[in-house]
Amino acid sequence: MSVLDAVVDYDDAIARYDPVMGLEVHVELNTATKMFCGCATGFGAEPNSQVCPVCLGLPGALPVVNAAAVESAIRIGLALNCSIAPWCRFARKNYFYPDMTKNFQTSQYDEPIAFDGYLDVEIPNAAGDGTEIFRVEIERAHMEEDSGKSLHVGGSTGRIQGAEYSLVDYNRAGVPLIEIVTRPVRGAGERAPEVAKAYVAALRDLLKALDVSDVRMEQGSVRCDANVSLMPRGEQELGTRTETKNVNSLRSIERAIRYEISRHAAVLDSGAAIHQETRHWHEDTGVTTSGRPKSDADDYRYFPEPDLVPVAPSSDYVEQLRTTLPEPPDQRRKRLQKDWGYTDLEMRDVLNAGATELIEQTVADGASPAAARKWWTGELARRANADGRTIDDLGVTPAHIAELSGLVASGRLNDAMARQVLDGVVAGEGTPTEVADARGLALAQDDGALEAAVDKVIAANEPIAAKVREGKLNAAGALIGGVMKEMRGQADAARARELILARLT
Amino acid sequence: MSPASVPSSNDIVRRGAADLGAAIADGSLSSVEVTQAHLDRIADVDDSVHAFLHVDAEGALAAARAADEARAAGETRSPLAGVPIAVKDIVATKGQPTTAGSRILQGWIPPYDATVTTRLRAAGLPILGKTNMDEFAMGSSTEHSAYGPTHNPWDLDRIPGGSGGGSSAAVAAFEAPLAIGTDTGGSIRQPAAVTGTVGTKPTYGGVSRYGLIALASSLDQAGPCTRSVLDAALLHEIIGGHDVMDSTSIDAPVPGVVEAARRGDVAGLRIGVVDEISGEGFQPGVRARFEESLKLLEARGAEIVRVGCPSFVKGLAAYYLILPSEASSNLAKFDAMRYGLRVGPQGVASPSAEQVMAATRDAGFGDEVKRRIILGTYALSAGYYDAYYGQAQKVRTLIARDFAAAFEQADVLVTPTAPTTAFKLGEKLDDPMAMYLNDVATIPANLAGVPGMSIPNGLAEDGLPTGFQILAPATRDDRLYEVGAALEAALLEQWGAPILDQAPALPVREVTR
Repeated sequence: MSVLDAVVDYDDAIARYDPVMGLEVHVELNTATKMFCGCATGFGAEPNSQVCPVCLGLPGALPVVNAAAVESAIRIGLALNCSIAPWCRFARKNYFYPDMTKNFQTSQYDEPIAFDGYLDVEIPNAAGDGTEIFRVEIERAHMEEDSGKSLHVGGSTGRIQGAEYSLVDYNRAGVPLIEIVTRPVRGAGERAPEVAKAYVAALRDLLKALDVSDVRMEQGSVRCDANVSLMPRGEQELGTRTETKNVNSLRSIERAIRYEISRHAAVLDSGAAIHQETRHWHEDTGVTTSGRPKSDADDYRYFPEPDLVPVAPSSDYVEQLRTTLPEPPDQRRKRLQKDWGYTDLEMRDVLNAGATELIEQTVADGASPAAARKWWTGELARRANADGRTIDDLGVTPAHIAELSGLVASGRLNDAMARQVLDGVVAGEGTPTEVADARGLALAQDDGALEAAVDKVIAANEPIAAKVREGKLNAAGALIGGVMKEMRGQADAARARELILARLT
Repeated sequence: MSPASVPSSNDIVRRGAADLGAAIADGSLSSVEVTQAHLDRIADVDDSVHAFLHVDAEGALAAARAADEARAAGETRSPLAGVPIAVKDIVATKGQPTTAGSRILQGWIPPYDATVTTRLRAAGLPILGKTNMDEFAMGSSTEHSAYGPTHNPWDLDRIPGGSGGGSSAAVAAFEAPLAIGTDTGGSIRQPAAVTGTVGTKPTYGGVSRYGLIALASSLDQAGPCTRSVLDAALLHEIIGGHDVMDSTSIDAPVPGVVEAARRGDVAGLRIGVVDEISGEGFQPGVRARFEESLKLLEARGAEIVRVGCPSFVKGLAAYYLILPSEASSNLAKFDAMRYGLRVGPQGVASPSAEQVMAATRDAGFGDEVKRRIILGTYALSAGYYDAYYGQAQKVRTLIARDFAAAFEQADVLVTPTAPTTAFKLGEKLDDPMAMYLNDVATIPANLAGVPGMSIPNGLAEDGLPTGFQILAPATRDDRLYEVGAALEAALLEQWGAPILDQAPALPVREVTR
């Protein structure tokens, strides 16, 4: 185990330094076949079962560009407000590694398919009472092929160092990738980690809306490399950067960048220099460790791929693809907020929870916008946070929530019971109705017992009842609590409130 | 003695492919007979010629039987159905070893067929075996084969040209009526010239490269090696045409090469002699035969014009930057990780993947291959790219412009194919520059992607064959056959017999069959 790096307190680091970030996001496209051959791309297949002479790089085999991947690349470029190259080539990036079947990656170098764009991301504003737009400039989006996947067996770390032997699965070799590279992101200050997270989240939502990728970060279909450097406050010259590789969740992106800022500051404070290198992010310990040295002099001996003809999309084709773009995310957010009647603060909570799509689907499945928001940004966000998971990874679907909120609205369940039902859904016991039936959860359907409880509680709490009679309706809450206690939770609180108010006003 | 009514093996192997195809089609010969005759010939002479790295008698005879059965069932697969063929060992053949003449691929058996192989099989041509070549097609003499050189049937002490010396020698030694070659800078045409055979490098993109082990992707092209222009055209038609597996394949039908080869009409055709490659500095006998051939074509109604292609002189230098650059990348895949040779580094108990890669590449590649990988790696390196690879690509553009301008003034261009006749084995092995100069006349066609052909046009003062090269605009491969057939006919008229009849008899192995 290596010695832990020194870090300084994040706020101290930000007080002295301006962070600059560069984000490189690799997106695996969801095309049916690979970038340069007809092999299937499905995740999780038997190792080396989705391979052919082309993606295995057998002698003599030749690549042919997947037109569907080019189409996705152009649509991504357009959605990121990029210019689309009227003519561009692939290039060979030459380096030796066992998971590269040809020992060169077919990529794009100085002629990317898309360039000079931006993505506006919404982040909480500095005052904390709303949101603001931060513009992340896109340098380029280019097409390339994925490599195979190495599995290092033996040793404790799963890394190549110390492994007894390594296996390679070439199913992933040749899967189409789009690499999206930002320009240096400056001026985010202390919110740099948040901006990075918001950028990747916005990118993920955009890719999902475009239907070009599965956007499953945990399966590696979206992978983020985060470059970080610090400049002493007030200076303009960029510091030396490190590149933290394969940060594979939104939460990790924020944490990893925060960590690197603290670590860089400690190094710079000590008077030492940052080494340009790749860093590995460790999800479990929340630190990065040194990878291999990297320099701008890494020589990949790029040259135009002679086995492929240039990609030359006509402007008619590009314009036709432009008509297939989904609504831009910011417009969409504004429209949804209006449709749903959320306040700015409520909408911010929804964005922070990454729940926009889930709520949209829940509402489409029949829930009220208010109920959908309450569930996703409240109970489910809390559960996800507690488990270190994302809300879309709890095993709870929008259909479940729509059903659950229907059960509450119809008076069959109260909120406390609904939460118990949710426990069952999360535990895989079935749909909300099935769980409620199996667990025998239901409110009493006649008001007899409830009315008796109301009368008993009013009689026992005359001073509070008097306040309600005087018009202080908020005081009814205490009475409702008493009634619910009396009913052992098996009652509809809203109905109890109605009955209490009917008697006292 | 065989009865006169039954053709002897010797007769069969001396017949051309078009003739054999017709005989098989009309039932006067079976494919099995023809294939067996060639297998016998290989058994007789290949110990001394060494044109083959691998002979697949069983597979060839099975394909021959299938061809005979198909004919009996009334199927007409192609005019060459049933005619056996030899295939250069750089072309992937499923189930048959494919080494590209390199130790690093020793024992590799491809799990797939090259498109050329697929088309040969579909057309009913039994594959006799795989022919020798310079390792990864790097060379002009076949001496760089990891499996020993091929010998020129005209003089076993001499080189058969390269890189495809095995294919041309097999055809010249009557071991095969047809062969497939590949041509990156002259590897079909130069061996054809020095063995007295015909060879065509089609327009770049005219024949699929899928399954050809790449040397230089932007230059490589497969084509026919034969003893006559018509045979070459028939084979060209079978292997040519669009292939979805090769992005650089031309999406158009094969030009009318067979019709042109049958016509051979040069009346009114403008034939351009390239000032820069008109034979100056070439062997006197090579120049003399070239001048005589021009007169023969003129006598048949062609107009001889002189054209200037000033950038051609820079072709060799550009070629020896572009080729090694692409080759250094194409040959990176040979790393012992997935197939082929694997050598562990000496004295290392638990070697890393990188150490195994390095040890294998050191043991598996020959000196010429290493030389070119090093050259190419250097030329593509940061800081040198513009000066080397970048400049070479500019020269390439200039050469293409020279061709375009020349083809304004002439319908075809002609040159001697190679500066000399076959040299002695070992003579230039230690002088790479002298070796590289063999390709000075053939390289411009590869750099510009235009088609070229070499046909035998006589014997030089040393009694060895010379070649006449014809170059045509891209996609006008038919003009090669038009001019080639005209010159071939004129020469046949002059000599009364094919030039190969003058080649000495080969020593035949004494065996009882």
